[in-house]
Amino acid sequence: MYPARFTYFVPASVGEAVSLLAEHGDEAKVLAGGQSLIPLMKLRFAAPTALVDVNRIETLRGIEQKDGYLRIGALVRHKECERSDLLRGRYGVLGSAAPQISDPLVRNLGTVCGSVAHADPQGDWGSALLAANASVVAEGPSGTRVIALGELFVGPFTTSLEPAEVLTEVRVPDPGPRTGGAYLKLERKVGDFATAATAVQVELDDAGRVARAGIALTAVGATNIRAGRAEASLTGAEPGHEAFAEAARLAAEEAEPVADHRGDAEYKRNVIRVFVERGLAAAAESARAAA
Amino acid sequence: MSQTIAAAETAAGPTTRRIAVSVNGEDRAAEVETRLLLVHFLRQTLGLTGTHVGCDTTSCGACTVLLDGVPVKSCTVLAVQADGREVTTVEGLARPEGLHPIQTAFHEEHGLQCGYCTPGMMLTATALLAENADPSEEEIRWALSGQICRCTGYQNIVKAVRSAAAALREGR
Amino acid sequence: MATPTVRGLGHSVERKEDARFIRGKGNYFDDIVLPGMLHLELLRSPYAHARITSIDTSKAAALPGVVAVVTGELMAQHNLAWMPTLSGDTQAVLATDKVRFQGQEVAAVVAESPYVAKDALELIEVEYEPLPAVTNPQQALGEGAPLIRDEKEGQTDNHVYHWEAGDREATEKAFAEADRIVSLDTHYPRCHPAPLECCGCVADVNPATGKATIYMTSQAPHVHRTLFALVAGLPEQNIRIISPDIGGGFGNKVPIYPGYVVATAASLLLGRPVKWVEDRTGNLISTGFARDYHMHGELAVKDGRFTGLRVKMLSDQGAFYADAQPTKFRAGLFHIVTGSYDIPAAFVETDGAYTNKAPGGVAYRCSFRVTEASYLIERLVQNAAYELGVDPADLRMQNFIQPEQFPYVSATGFEYDSGDYPAAMRLCLEKLGYEELRAEQARAREEGRLLGIGLASFTEVVGAGPAHTYDIAGLKMFDSAELRIHPTGKAVLKLGVKSQGQGHETTFAQIVAEELGIPPEDVDVQEGDTDNTPYGLGTYASRSTPTAGAATAVISRTLRAKAQKLAAHLLECSEDDLEWNAGRFSVKGAPDKGVSIQDCAFAAYTNMPEGMEAGLEGVHYYNPPNMTFPFGTYAVLVEIDRGTGQWKPLRVVAVDDCGVRINPMIVEGQITGGLTEGYAIAAMELIDFDDEGNCIGANFMDYLIPTSWETPSFELGETVTPSPHHPIGAKGVGESATVGSPAAYVNAVVDALAHAGIRNLEMPVTPDKVWHALNEAGLAT
Repeated sequence: MYPARFTYFVPASVGEAVSLLAEHGDEAKVLAGGQSLIPLMKLRFAAPTALVDVNRIETLRGIEQKDGYLRIGALVRHKECERSDLLRGRYGVLGSAAPQISDPLVRNLGTVCGSVAHADPQGDWGSALLAANASVVAEGPSGTRVIALGELFVGPFTTSLEPAEVLTEVRVPDPGPRTGGAYLKLERKVGDFATAATAVQVELDDAGRVARAGIALTAVGATNIRAGRAEASLTGAEPGHEAFAEAARLAAEEAEPVADHRGDAEYKRNVIRVFVERGLAAAAESARAAA
Repeated sequence: MSQTIAAAETAAGPTTRRIAVSVNGEDRAAEVETRLLLVHFLRQTLGLTGTHVGCDTTSCGACTVLLDGVPVKSCTVLAVQADGREVTTVEGLARPEGLHPIQTAFHEEHGLQCGYCTPGMMLTATALLAENADPSEEEIRWALSGQICRCTGYQNIVKAVRSAAAALREGR
Repeated sequence: MATPTVRGLGHSVERKEDARFIRGKGNYFDDIVLPGMLHLELLRSPYAHARITSIDTSKAAALPGVVAVVTGELMAQHNLAWMPTLSGDTQAVLATDKVRFQGQEVAAVVAESPYVAKDALELIEVEYEPLPAVTNPQQALGEGAPLIRDEKEGQTDNHVYHWEAGDREATEKAFAEADRIVSLDTHYPRCHPAPLECCGCVADVNPATGKATIYMTSQAPHVHRTLFALVAGLPEQNIRIISPDIGGGFGNKVPIYPGYVVATAASLLLGRPVKWVEDRTGNLISTGFARDYHMHGELAVKDGRFTGLRVKMLSDQGAFYADAQPTKFRAGLFHIVTGSYDIPAAFVETDGAYTNKAPGGVAYRCSFRVTEASYLIERLVQNAAYELGVDPADLRMQNFIQPEQFPYVSATGFEYDSGDYPAAMRLCLEKLGYEELRAEQARAREEGRLLGIGLASFTEVVGAGPAHTYDIAGLKMFDSAELRIHPTGKAVLKLGVKSQGQGHETTFAQIVAEELGIPPEDVDVQEGDTDNTPYGLGTYASRSTPTAGAATAVISRTLRAKAQKLAAHLLECSEDDLEWNAGRFSVKGAPDKGVSIQDCAFAAYTNMPEGMEAGLEGVHYYNPPNMTFPFGTYAVLVEIDRGTGQWKPLRVVAVDDCGVRINPMIVEGQITGGLTEGYAIAAMELIDFDDEGNCIGANFMDYLIPTSWETPSFELGETVTPSPHHPIGAKGVGESATVGSPAAYVNAVVDALAHAGIRNLEMPVTPDKVWHALNEAGLAT
């Protein structure tokens, strides 16, 4: 209930934040929403000796459509995503995931980038963004780089970020107008982590066939994982029950669930299968309606 | 752990900070430890004990306050993060002319029993009603789903919010 | 003076206590700040079972801001390392030789701030030698189980108690003659009352006067005072327990916890107030849990009638037998298990076992284990309906104790005071639209949708209790009311019970209002301060209205009788010439010739008749002649998602009969709260342990409490069958819904699957369990 002591800084720019992180090394952490970090510190599972509060860095704000991609700044809260009109339609997998993150109060403060940097395999944004083929931008002492989300997640709560790197934004490539998405999450109650969840994005070509499908899974692996074989099975496919059932079956095989109080592996795999199928149907429906 | 405490004390940088927070419309300034949680700043430093603590995993929402008008769990916010910002607690709900309609509604609709979750519930409700003047039952339950009540079963809390919504629409 | 309007029994008077709560001006113990106050934090064991080989507190004691570090050894020097429990056992305050459950208290830090206390806690070095853990009662009583209570003289195994009720022979006979036997093995899992406010205290022992004032989360302040006196050796007149506003109790705040004892000892030794605020993890991992009964029930049926009930139960008591229950009963009132049914023969056999888990069991609105009993019988009866091919509502109706059979003596010796079970059932089915729903269920099944309708018809036994049978730690279970009416006709009512949100400040004022015609606004109700209230046994097991409520009515009537004498004096007539109507005495046949109760009150101080003592006050200690028996029928409609096993209550209809309803609004609030707890228990609450005794469920991420989103809305109805022996006919209602509803929810889910032969799902009925049942039955999609 009471965190250990730490020093605290409020930089005005990303550069300043990076310098502070570099100076304090491993024991420094970025504080954005704090909705994952502060709970860990209260239980003393984490005890950083320096916190770098990025909440006053103006350049980190905003959701905006850029040329060819959607930018979500590091200070964008889950609640902003829940309300944004930009995250519907073609970016619907994100708009669908946003209201299901944690609970409404946590959503008021927690950030998308914070969630991504936290890399909890039970986290929702990781899957939604994987399905949307997103990347992140990281700024560090050696400069700025773009990292595909699939390369960002290395293991549970572990990313490929350097200690002094700060995530500044998420970039979601524009999938075109004939796109729909859905995030289905089985949670025992609001605020619980997912028992299993699926993020699905379906992009249709002019002939109405699947041009690309993004399918990513939550809480059934060491990280959020892409169901690559399931995705591949849909490329060029006629959207419909048969293709979706097959993709769902493959996705369930690609899942690596672990038994716990939420269910055994067989159960969780089945949830994945059912949700991928339901999600694909919803996403395809939404994509067709957009045309 | 002892290493960590020693390190913080010898590291360059402050483990305390002077903050100025507007609480219920009043400017409050204090020198606080950077690790002090906002809920403890309110309860212990300022003596405003209407905000309560119910858990240790950010799960229950008994500590809910408004930060710049937005409901947050004050046990998961550092006091230093509230520097320069506005906090509204239950003690700030009443108006000069009397109780806030949400308070009256909770009373009239029996929306409280032990009273422990009540401050947080009322504050979130006011934030909801500021954006949505006529929320449905579903919208109310959704807005309150970050907060736990053990006594009421939520039914009368929902009624209270609906009643307050009506009162506010009628300008009461 | 004019007679004001009075709202007594049956009125939904808005609550007087709300005024402070809605302003954030409640006075919970953690709101109390005393000059010089220190903060106490407890160090808890990471192991379920281990020897303590060494404790080094030197680094912790050296941390700036730390005033003292307390260990079991230090407590032992003051004879406080162990304390008695309410069940005749002993419990460790701070561990000395061994730790016996994960989370057990091992040491304590007292510091200038809670932050520093927590820092210091991490500097205490404890060396443990882990021992194999006993994690279930079957293992505990099996071959080669480690001896948990090796410190207890004469304890050679992990067996705690054996207790029986009923008639074994008569029951065997009934079973021998049955044409059908329906059986069920089920575990009512360990859950926890988890009130939103954790436990804690501010212990203030004044070094100059020796007087100890302890503000504590206590549902039974007088009992706690007496126990403190006996355990700590402090003279009882020097102990003042003040139970202030409590943020929910549900039985969690009945036991005495080590934190209270250590804080008091620390205050005594340091001469400064010491505050102990439990955190949620401490609350869930160490304080009084609920249930954990392994039950085997068998129902003997002959010609469609229940002829016998046989129950064997094994209880998981944790490391210490610490149930707060009447001492004659080792399994509380579990033998109410024949429930609402006329079953001529029953035999209940119970045993308790020690395990390496937190102590407790009687808690969480259980009415002393009635939750467990009610669950078992209602699940058995539901299954019997399926086995016999009879509609579950019809089977219940056919076997109910009928209205003309009351007062009814059950096969296990309870005398049920009053009831009309068919009426409650009929009303419930009517509100539900039962026939239409059964038809809809059949149609839905054809479309591939799974709907289920679950029923439960419970009978509660509350109001402990008559002195001939009921005592806690030897203290008889009367309760008390002290009423004083001031010259201006306002009153103060002081009670021996203690609300934790049930609305006593309003409901008890309404009782006075009904009896004396003094409006509830003019009656100040006080509870919780042992210096200032008459002795009582406290609030739990729905006993306040049956006992203290009765005492309030009786003392009000006593004062009314005195007021009548004063009225006669004022009106210069004989008492027999007077009639009473809602706060006013008037002369028979001359209604304008009268005086109000307020006039009488004034006269009690200013114009007494010759020989009459001044004042208008008195105290009554009420010994109830019997328990009371609230009852009802609940119905739940669910739909199951065949792909995920998730289920949702679509409708919950609850008909309750708690006798005379003092304040319908408050009664309904108790019921909706209880129906929610019942849903939570049925669907998601669980404290579990792995093979090493690690506790899963010691925080709100693992211990799941439903939010407003999961919780259904409830349709309520009532019947009123007054208690014939209670002065105002009221029965108590606080726990009815938590007692009666879990079976209704579970029966609903089972009902959705019963056509496929499924007869049981263990609580909590989580989606994965449902899905596996669907999958095995070929019903999953």
